[in-house]
Amino acid sequence: MKVSSEARLDILTRINRATGGQQPALERMPVLPSSRPRADIVAQFAEYAAEYRAHVQTVTESEVPGVLALLLAGKRVLVPGGLPAAWLAPLNTTPDAGQSHAELSSFGAVLTTCAAAIAETGTVVLDHGPGQGRRALTLIPDQHVCIVRADQVVDSVPEAVAALQAAITAGRPLTWISGPSATSDIELSRVEGVHGPRRLNILLIDSA
Amino acid sequence: MQIDLFITCLNDALFPQTGLAMARLLRRLGHTVRFNEAQTCCGQMHFNTGYQAEALPLIRKFVQDFRDAEVIVAPSGSCVAFVRDLYPKAAEWAGDEVLLAQVQELGTRTFELSEFLVKVLGVEDVGASYPHRVTYHPTCHAARLLRVGDAPLKLLQNVRGLSLVELPASDQCCGFGGTFSVKNPETSTAMLADKVANVMSTRAEVCTAGDNSCLMHIGGGLSRLQSGTGVVHLAEILASVEGEG
Amino acid sequence: MSAGGLHPSQPFPDAARETLADAQMRRNLRHAAGTIREKRLRAVAEVANWEDIRTQGASIKDTVLGNLAEHLLELEASVKRRGGQVHWARDAGEAQRLVADLVAAQGVSEVIKVKSISTDEIELNAALEARGIHATETDLAELIVQLAEDRPSHILVPAIHKNRAEIRELFRHKLGADLLTDDPAVLAEAARVYLREKFLTTKVAISGANFAIADTGTVCIVESEGNGRMCLTLPDVLISVMGIEKVLPSWADIAPFMQLLPRSSTAERMNPYTSFWSGITPGDGPQHFHLILLDNGRTDVLADKVGRETLRCIRCSACLNVCPVYERAGGHAYGSVYPGPIGAILTPQLLQLEDENANSLPWASSLCGACYDACPVKINIPEILIYLRGQITPHKTPNAESIAMKTAAWIFNEPHRFEGAIKLAHTGQGPLVQHGAIRALPGMLGGWTSSRNLPPFPKQSFRELWRRENEGEQ
Repeated sequence: MKVSSEARLDILTRINRATGGQQPALERMPVLPSSRPRADIVAQFAEYAAEYRAHVQTVTESEVPGVLALLLAGKRVLVPGGLPAAWLAPLNTTPDAGQSHAELSSFGAVLTTCAAAIAETGTVVLDHGPGQGRRALTLIPDQHVCIVRADQVVDSVPEAVAALQAAITAGRPLTWISGPSATSDIELSRVEGVHGPRRLNILLIDSA
Repeated sequence: MQIDLFITCLNDALFPQTGLAMARLLRRLGHTVRFNEAQTCCGQMHFNTGYQAEALPLIRKFVQDFRDAEVIVAPSGSCVAFVRDLYPKAAEWAGDEVLLAQVQELGTRTFELSEFLVKVLGVEDVGASYPHRVTYHPTCHAARLLRVGDAPLKLLQNVRGLSLVELPASDQCCGFGGTFSVKNPETSTAMLADKVANVMSTRAEVCTAGDNSCLMHIGGGLSRLQSGTGVVHLAEILASVEGEG
Repeated sequence: MSAGGLHPSQPFPDAARETLADAQMRRNLRHAAGTIREKRLRAVAEVANWEDIRTQGASIKDTVLGNLAEHLLELEASVKRRGGQVHWARDAGEAQRLVADLVAAQGVSEVIKVKSISTDEIELNAALEARGIHATETDLAELIVQLAEDRPSHILVPAIHKNRAEIRELFRHKLGADLLTDDPAVLAEAARVYLREKFLTTKVAISGANFAIADTGTVCIVESEGNGRMCLTLPDVLISVMGIEKVLPSWADIAPFMQLLPRSSTAERMNPYTSFWSGITPGDGPQHFHLILLDNGRTDVLADKVGRETLRCIRCSACLNVCPVYERAGGHAYGSVYPGPIGAILTPQLLQLEDENANSLPWASSLCGACYDACPVKINIPEILIYLRGQITPHKTPNAESIAMKTAAWIFNEPHRFEGAIKLAHTGQGPLVQHGAIRALPGMLGGWTSSRNLPPFPKQSFRELWRRENEGEQ
């Protein structure tokens, strides 16, 4: 630790010597709320998420349990706390009870909500709050079913960043997910499903 | 308009016909041209190769030689880009504020031929005639530093008898890069090989560009391969009228 | 062969010759660069205000660099407040010792790593190996490079120089995997199976960092495969090594970079996975977090008012993919973990312009300017290349080139000398001209005529002809 504190002082001194003098103040671009119709924004999210090989289904609130039952039939489904009981009723679910990582790998799927979704990029964002659970839950099982409400979809990345400020200030981790895991490391040929869930289902609840 | 010719050292020594063609063209368009024989070299080769102390006197000399010029026009995108883009940097790096102000003003009066014709004079048809199959290579500095855009293509499209064929991967550098081709000859040759193959694929009789340096490089490759495609500077095509070329 | 580091083992022109002679490598590179260039243009064209976002990205970085000490101190305080620990390392050796001590304190001999150029820069794997600690790379390309005992050749696609057949052979040999085909999906599956066990059992992970937010203590990793999430989530201890230039002031500042980085690097609207974490999250992820702030030459770059712009770099590799020199010479020619145009300016500067081989890198460019156009944070790479040439040249010992250049400058200083020199050249070239062209030049100019002819000097220069044509007019 003594070395590190000497190093700290040394680096800071070197920086101050290098940067002395007046510095220009940063002018930040304002985050403008999107002027596009909501329906276009939501439709673009669905389209772009699907382009990155997420399986996207648009459903109404009441259709959710039925669609889930079809999607997850015969699978042991891991669920974080905070999901509506109605969704879980038809499923074979196990609540997260702090299972070990090895135990988590015995589950076929995990079901969560999200904190936000981004139309510009087809991304869902988890802030690992209620309905989403700790990070390992959505990482180890091979299928992730994520429920997105249409009113959670924002148009742009800057809007999403603004919407996530509270979660970051609270110290919560974030996971941004755009399609299933993928690699293009071999001859730039894209392969879906390397280490993360190989299948990503997005149920988009659009009551409009 | 009274136009001062900036002939560039390479054109002066190796390609005199290009400068003469440019002068002929500008006169044909009704302008007066002047060549100040005090000019020699803008200093680009020295500056870009690392001899910046040697380049500074040449930059100061250029400022002096062209101090009375209303507009300065050169048949070289690269040398004009150097004057406009890098003279201010040279002055900044040397900490010379007087020179900085001088070269910033100088930059507003200095133009590459095609941008001068199209963007300043607003001329797209210069009344030229050149009955040949031609392909155009946009040189890197004209395209990326001067942003001459499609000015050269507009000029070529209006030349009588000229059939313009698109050059594949035209935005790729030919590999000249001044002393790059001397210091990294193998890499430069690999770049040239692709450029020459693309030029030959057009089956053009002539490859043209706004810079004799790049053309000298491409032409050097074409000539070594005895390809049958020649290189001609844009100014010479635009200066051609019926009965010649 | 060395796993990384900054020091090239030979000058660029010599190193480039090796790739240029390797037809397979050149085909791989040409295919990869061409593919990703097209994709990037499409991804960028989708964003209407791309130029504004570039400008914003550049100015955020400039602000950070101008007040770097303040932002680093705030980052340190924020990470500690969230239960993490922060360490400072002046150079590669200090960073290696810090990481090795932290790993050794856990009593383990295995760690997993997610792709991190900063750890390649400090040659961490070799240093850990010397302390009896084996580091397993978990990014598919990095794993390929590690198993092949090769070097990365691209920032983003480190094994871009290897094709599928070569990788299948490697996996057969090193992983004992019985692979039926060389389909990339089959190869990826073999890596998944091999690494899954390691992810579930290894106690310590090492990462880099793409960004870190000063006021919230949030660190960010951008990735695709999920190996990053595995390393950042499953182990007990996480050690992240980050260059001091990676800090951003506030959470809002991440927005332009999450727009700029994916489109510039993989040419995607967004990469599959991005993780953000702030220190320790109770009950979720590693319960011990160490952030190592690495200088290793960066403060020297910062001190140079022109070169400083280099530190805006977000390691997207857009400049590599558009560079005609990189496409031909390949990543290995740059001899450093930072290849391509950015490497040509970053590597020599990190080495204080004192490494002779690295000092050949600023000339490894035709100054075509494609890199500047592609750079998402508007680093004027061609201009910095020229600047560095001017910093390096005066310190070289006089040679044939410098004598020629000084003589040329002397000639150009007076028009009559210039005119005389042209006349002399015309007379002197005689023996070199054959059938109207110069086909072989002596000495340092010989490289030119190995593949190109040169036009001979004409009888009369422009100024002579002009004088004759315009006599009496001026």
